[in-house]
Amino acid sequence: MTERYGFNKNLAQMLKGGVIMDVSTPEQAKIAEAAGACAVMALERIPADIRAAGGVSRMSDPAMIKGIQQTVSIPIMAKVRIGHFVEAQILQAIEIDYIDESEVLSPADDVYHIDKTQFDVPFVCGAQNLGEALRRIQEGASMIRTKGEPGTGDVVQAVRHMRAIQSEIRMLTSKSKDELYDAAKKLAVPYELVQYVAENGKLPVVNFSAGGVATPADAALMMQLGAQGVFVGSGIFKSGDPAKRAAAIVQAVTNFKDAKLIAAISEDLGEAMVGINEDEIQVLMAERGK
Amino acid sequence: MKIGVLALQGAFIEHIRMFESLGVQTVEIRKLADFTEDLDGIVFPGGESTVMGKLLHELELMEPVKQALQKGLPAFGTCAGLILMAKKFVDSKFLHFQVLDVVVRRHGFGRQLGSFSAEHEFVGIGTYPMVFIRGPYITEVGQGVEVLAKIDDKIVAVRQGNLLGAAFHPELTDDTRVHEYFLKMVEEALR
Repeated sequence: MTERYGFNKNLAQMLKGGVIMDVSTPEQAKIAEAAGACAVMALERIPADIRAAGGVSRMSDPAMIKGIQQTVSIPIMAKVRIGHFVEAQILQAIEIDYIDESEVLSPADDVYHIDKTQFDVPFVCGAQNLGEALRRIQEGASMIRTKGEPGTGDVVQAVRHMRAIQSEIRMLTSKSKDELYDAAKKLAVPYELVQYVAENGKLPVVNFSAGGVATPADAALMMQLGAQGVFVGSGIFKSGDPAKRAAAIVQAVTNFKDAKLIAAISEDLGEAMVGINEDEIQVLMAERGK
Repeated sequence: MKIGVLALQGAFIEHIRMFESLGVQTVEIRKLADFTEDLDGIVFPGGESTVMGKLLHELELMEPVKQALQKGLPAFGTCAGLILMAKKFVDSKFLHFQVLDVVVRRHGFGRQLGSFSAEHEFVGIGTYPMVFIRGPYITEVGQGVEVLAKIDDKIVAVRQGNLLGAAFHPELTDDTRVHEYFLKMVEEALR
């Protein structure tokens, strides 16, 4: 492990217990920062709009990302297409704080992910299960987020993926050494990563939840299921009162076990994003990049 | 001895583990009810200072904690925790406890590509491995503020009476000496 990779894992540690919000403009970035976002994801169109617009979605305009970098002091993340290492080189050149190699955008490579060990900037990647998470870590991701289903406002897939990862971790902790060799084979990951998870009962990097969180209750649900923080994409700026909803979600993530507090902050938040149920959607983004 | 660790956001678990390894009892402070009279010291961890500052207000912790700091409660802030305590900034409109008489440049060492670690002298401890993650530094200190560590002309650790501030993250290393330094301050205050 390089020293740089260590710092990149460390930055994810600093984000823990926080909410990372999707923003499309400097104005939205300001609202997010003032509402208590621990980082923002700069992208031209939030997932719900990408879903509605269809077509190929790509890395955002660097000028738009720079505009947000100049507006807020919290870390700035931005997305690249799965496998598109040149988009990643561009984001590194403008000194982004974190790159999200994301299934929300159209994949650029249907076989290979980016070799993230070749970069100095950190990467976060999505995962539906433990195998995907560990493969991304092997490729150099210094943070994982469960995929969920972006742009839907439907939390069911976020829950499914977080439960899958936590359950697979618990199973590994109870296995004997010879069983772990077999587990590594089945997960299609190196033995050393499986051994780490079995010994420590957790991933070797921070794990957030993403994709479908729309309410403070959703965020607290993901935290109680074991997330170390939450990404909220369309859920904030597709709602009736973004500033108020964002602040409430931030509070719910900090005091995720305090039902009285979450009840109080859930009052009068205005319209939540409309949302789409998973059986109504055409494109399952979570199926991109495994 | 019981140390409160502000657990609103950030790397608070890392501090708790450091104190656990030293056999010291800790308590997570997530809301006003957690901030009890019997705490012997308080820690402000790394994370995002704007997030913690906002939550301190919303959870009505800002004033009570500030008053306790002014009355002499020993406090230890790392990175964002240092920013929470600082009185002034070169470059920020966000103000928090305003108890530590220093001027801070937030993200003084740059964005994530500027994160680094280096071994430097810490007064009273010796050479210490300092990890900076989008770290700040101190440009000026007021009277009564002792400079404990510097990198070139950049001040990275200070003490002012009951307050200990570091721009780096001792909690990300296995080296407990800065935490032990703070525990000595707590013991002094108990005497």
